[in-house]
Amino acid sequence: MHLTKEEEAMLAGEQGHATRKAMQILVALGKIYDAERLVKVSSVQVSGVSYKNLGDAGLEFLSELAKDGKARVKTTLNPAGMSLTDWQSQGIDSGFAEKQLQVIDVYRKLGVEITCTCTPYLAGNEPSFGQHIAWGESSAVAYANSVIGARTNREGGPSALAASLTGRTPLYGLHIRENRVPTIAVDVEAQLSLPEDFSAMGYFVGREAQDRIPYFRGVRRAGLEDLKTLSAALASSGGVAMFHVEGLTPEHGLGTKNIEALTFTRKELAETDALLNDEGEPDFVSVGCPHCSLTELATLAKLLSGRQVRREFWVCCSREVKRQGDEAGYSKLIEASGAKFALDTCMVVAPVEELGYKVVSTNSAKACHYLRNAGLKVRFMPLEECVVEATRSR
Amino acid sequence: MKLKGRAIFDGKVEGQALVSSSPMSFYGGVNPDTGEVTERGSELAGQSVKGKVLVFPHGKGSTVGSYVLYRLAKNGVGPSAIVNAKCETIVAVGAIISEIPCVDMVDVSKIRPGARVRVDGATLEF
Repeated sequence: MHLTKEEEAMLAGEQGHATRKAMQILVALGKIYDAERLVKVSSVQVSGVSYKNLGDAGLEFLSELAKDGKARVKTTLNPAGMSLTDWQSQGIDSGFAEKQLQVIDVYRKLGVEITCTCTPYLAGNEPSFGQHIAWGESSAVAYANSVIGARTNREGGPSALAASLTGRTPLYGLHIRENRVPTIAVDVEAQLSLPEDFSAMGYFVGREAQDRIPYFRGVRRAGLEDLKTLSAALASSGGVAMFHVEGLTPEHGLGTKNIEALTFTRKELAETDALLNDEGEPDFVSVGCPHCSLTELATLAKLLSGRQVRREFWVCCSREVKRQGDEAGYSKLIEASGAKFALDTCMVVAPVEELGYKVVSTNSAKACHYLRNAGLKVRFMPLEECVVEATRSR
Repeated sequence: MKLKGRAIFDGKVEGQALVSSSPMSFYGGVNPDTGEVTERGSELAGQSVKGKVLVFPHGKGSTVGSYVLYRLAKNGVGPSAIVNAKCETIVAVGAIISEIPCVDMVDVSKIRPGARVRVDGATLEF
């Protein structure tokens, strides 16, 4: 792989230990994936934040890098395992909280913005079409590639951080136009009227497509919330990092020659809905996977206005979107119902299984997938029904 | 026998081969404190990777697996080297941050379980 003089110097350790380690990671990845060179990135989203996943060794690794490493480009952070300010009311153990806050301090020292959201594109990290970026967080990766048209591979925590500490990533995979063409078509015959229909479709197609690039035909309209939840679902049941929607997403014109086609009808939609529903009375309701948009806060405010929730109800969103919700008057209405904002975190990365809940209602297929892996039962339903579930008496 | 592959992380070590014919997941598949393989259905289940030249086709599963390799190394129960048919991001990044010698692009079916393997950069001798 060709390296510039500056990159050679980084690899030789002339810019410090952290930069050297970062460059070693990037060069090795470049070698594995036959990249001819590195490319400069305009922003980074770092995953690997929850102490639940990092453990002490992960914290130690990050601390080592923070001794002399600094972000060279705009770098934002994935959700943590708890709210950074209200962890006590979330029922989080103080030992866990102490470690989690240490992780956050180390990221701050590394120059990473403590955004703690899986929707960086709603919280100030907004790449533009064609820009090279290095993002972790599979749902944001799929959204950035597909909806924005920025270019990123699916990075893990260390490789995203390596890109941040050097401002570069190896040029391979989805950074190259030829690799962004659709490789599987999906004929959508089901009527998609709610974001949850997109979520279910993503879950179904992700399993079939694995790491291929789906091309959806027959979708007449799709809003931000639809595409946000579609991205998340596709990336959770499969390894989808990019998709196209005919007539809607910016690179849908790349061509669909000679590719296999799936059909998604009313039948597959109903089957996927059924697949995502376990038996059981929900004792926990959570929305905002991926983190809620301002539009979703508006809907929640309307639905919750004048009502009281009777179960633990988490509304997960970024601090930025919450701030916008405060200004618009939505947050007040939501909180008056007894629902809680879960900022900096979500039901997927917080240790929900240790908080004593058994059955979770949510409007996200992705959340269902991961909550089940953590041993919980799930009920998949539209946002409106989540509110009904949370407010009805037992 | 001598095999020449590609060095992902350079190093010189010798150890006994622990061979899995199927891909390995480190996150949820190997106990980071003991080095024991815990993945259900794995032919290595119950065995420890500690000090072994760990041979498998490639990694799979969550990217958090890189941190599991790091935890293994820090706890002194990591493999002494990794040999893959085709290395991918999880294992490559894990090997580099943990400084575990790692070689790929070799025919892993040639390595018998229990064989004494010498790893030197991109070369394997056993």
